[in-house]
Amino acid sequence: MLRIRLCEEAFVEPILAGEVRCPCHLYSGEEAVAVGVCAALTDRDYVFGNHRSHGHYLAKGGSMQEMVAEIFCRETGCSRGRGGSMHLIAPEVGMLGAAPIVAGTISLALGAALASTIRKDGRVAVTFFGDGATGEGVLYECMNFAALKKLPIIFVCENNYYATHMPIRECRVGMEIHEIARPFGIESRQIDGNDVLAVYDAGLLAVEKCRAGNGPVFLECLTYRHRGHVGPDDNVQGSHTDIRPREEIDLWWEKDPIKRFEGYLTDQRIMTQEELNMAREEVNREVTDAHDFARRSPLPRAEELERYVFA
Amino acid sequence: MSSHRKLSYSLAINEALHQMMDEDPSVFLIGQGVKSPWYVGDTAQGLLERFGTDRVIDTPVSENAMTGAAVGAALAGMRPVVVHPRVDFMFYAFDPIINEAANWYYMNGGKLQAPVVFWGIINRGGEQAAQHSQSLHAMFAQVPGLKVVMPATPYDAKGLMIAAIREPNPVVFIDDRWLYKLEEPVPEEIYEVEIGRGNVVRAGTDITVVASSFMVQESIKASEMLVKEGINIEVVDLRTVKPLDENLILASVQKTGRLVVVDGGWRTCGLAAEVSALVSEKAFGALKAPVVRITLPDCPAPASATLEKAYYLTSADIIRAVKSLI
Repeated sequence: MLRIRLCEEAFVEPILAGEVRCPCHLYSGEEAVAVGVCAALTDRDYVFGNHRSHGHYLAKGGSMQEMVAEIFCRETGCSRGRGGSMHLIAPEVGMLGAAPIVAGTISLALGAALASTIRKDGRVAVTFFGDGATGEGVLYECMNFAALKKLPIIFVCENNYYATHMPIRECRVGMEIHEIARPFGIESRQIDGNDVLAVYDAGLLAVEKCRAGNGPVFLECLTYRHRGHVGPDDNVQGSHTDIRPREEIDLWWEKDPIKRFEGYLTDQRIMTQEELNMAREEVNREVTDAHDFARRSPLPRAEELERYVFA
Repeated sequence: MSSHRKLSYSLAINEALHQMMDEDPSVFLIGQGVKSPWYVGDTAQGLLERFGTDRVIDTPVSENAMTGAAVGAALAGMRPVVVHPRVDFMFYAFDPIINEAANWYYMNGGKLQAPVVFWGIINRGGEQAAQHSQSLHAMFAQVPGLKVVMPATPYDAKGLMIAAIREPNPVVFIDDRWLYKLEEPVPEEIYEVEIGRGNVVRAGTDITVVASSFMVQESIKASEMLVKEGINIEVVDLRTVKPLDENLILASVQKTGRLVVVDGGWRTCGLAAEVSALVSEKAFGALKAPVVRITLPDCPAPASATLEKAYYLTSADIIRAVKSLI
C-alpha cells in the first residue's frame, strides 16, 4: 500500500510542472482494494484494470520503474510510451492490461476466466471497475454469462462514490451496488474497502470459491479517492472544480487505509513506529529511483511511430 | 484424397473450423446460434458433437460481452473465433473489437497480441430491411489494428479462415450468405490463403474490375457476358480488404488503363473510394479514363422486393459501368 501511495504522490509535482502530461487518475486512498485482492492471487491469475490502475499494476507485481517510465511516456515504459498512465501491462505477472473505456475490460476478464475454464488450469480472473461502470450494460451481460457458466471471475467494484464528477446518488436509485449481482445468483458482498485485511479475507474466500468451480463472486469495496478524478486536484475542494465537500474529504482521510493498517501493526506490536519509518524510507528510495530511471530513459523515436502496427 | 473434391462455400468454412479445432486445442468457437443452422447455416455442423460445449459455445444475446470475452480469452492465450450471424448486430460489439482488440497490441507497446477472429456473416435480401442487411467491412477496414478479409470463393473461404485463425492479431472475417451454396473443388488438406494477397480471377486486357466477396461472382458473370461482345475485363478479387494488395491492383491498372471498382457496401468513404484513391495516387499516369465506382447507394437497405432490386448490384450494373468506359 505504501509503495502505491508514495509512488502516486510522487507524480503530483511532475504533473503540476507539466513534466507528466498524460492523464493520471491517481489511486491514493484506494490502495487497500488492489492490495487486498491481489495478495489473494498468484502470478498465474489474471487481472484487468481500468483508467485508475496504477495500484492494480503495482499490487499485481508490475515493475515500478517500468510504470513510472510509462507515465513519463518513455521507451522503457511497460507499454513503451505508447500507452501512458491508462495502459499499464505486465503479462509476466498476470496483469493483462488496463483501459479507460468505462466497463470496457470487464468482458476481457470474463474471457480470461473462460480461457481458464476451457483449459481447466485453475486460474482466476479479476476485473477492477468503479461505481461508474455499473451504468454500463456490458457489466450485466458479463455477470449473466459468468453466472451461467460458473466462471472463475471476481467482479471487484471499487465504489468511491463518484463517477468522475457525478456523486453516486445522482447516478443511481439504489446505493447498494453489491445487490446488483444477486439477481444473477452471484455471491456478493460489500466490504470496507479501506480495511486491507477485510479485503484480503474476502479476496481469499472469493479465490477459493472460483478455484473450486463455484464462481463468480462480486465484491463491492467502499473506498474514496483522496485526489481528483484525474490529476492531483480535479474536483477536490479548493481547486478549479469544487464538488466534493471538505468535510467529506477530511472524514475519509480519517479512514485512510494506510493510516489504519499502520495503527493495526503498531497496536498488535507487529511493527514498531521506527520500523514503519524505515519501511517508508525504503519505499521513498524505490520511488526516487523509479523517477530517476524514467527521467533518464529515452523518449520513443518519432521514426518508430508505426512500430507495432500490423494492419 | 481427391484434389477434385467439391465443397460448398459454407462447408469449406466448416471444414476449416473442424481442422483448426482439431489441430490446436486453444481454438474455440463462441457466438449466438453456433448450434443453430437458422443462425449460421451449415458452417458449424458437427462441431458441437465433436468438440463439446467447452469449445463450441452457444451464447445469450450479449454481443458486447461475448465479443469481449473472445478478446479476453485471446489475451489469455486462446485462439477464439467469435461469430456474429448478422454483421448488423456487431455494432453492439464495436467497443471490444475496435477500442480493445484493435488497439491492444499498439497501446501496450507490443506486449500482448490478441489472436481473435471476428466472424461476421452478411445476411441480406429477402425483404429483411435496414437492420438485417448491412455490410460493415469498410468501417472495420478504417481501423488500425484490424485485418479484414472477405472471401469470394469456397477455396478462399477455407484458406482465409485457416489463415485468420493462425494469425496472431485480430482478423475480421466477413462472409456472405449469398455465397453459401457456391461449390468448387476445395482441397481436403489444411492450407492457408495469405492475408493481404488478392487474386486475378479472370485475366483480361481492356478494363480492370476490382471487387470483393459476392461482387466477385457478379463480376465473373459480367466478364463471361462481355467476352461475347469482345470485351476482356480483368477481374481482381481483393480477398483481403485490409491490408489491400496494392501491387496487384496497380499492376492490373497499369496494364488496362481503366478501372471499375465494385463494392457491396456504401459509397461514401467506402472500399471503392479507397481503391479509387489508391489508383489516383499511384497509377494516375496509367489511367486513360476516370475511375468508375459502383456501390450501394448511400441509402439504408429497403424491405420491398422492388426497392431491393433497385438497391443491390448485379452483373448488369457491372456491364453497364464497363461499357461506359469503352
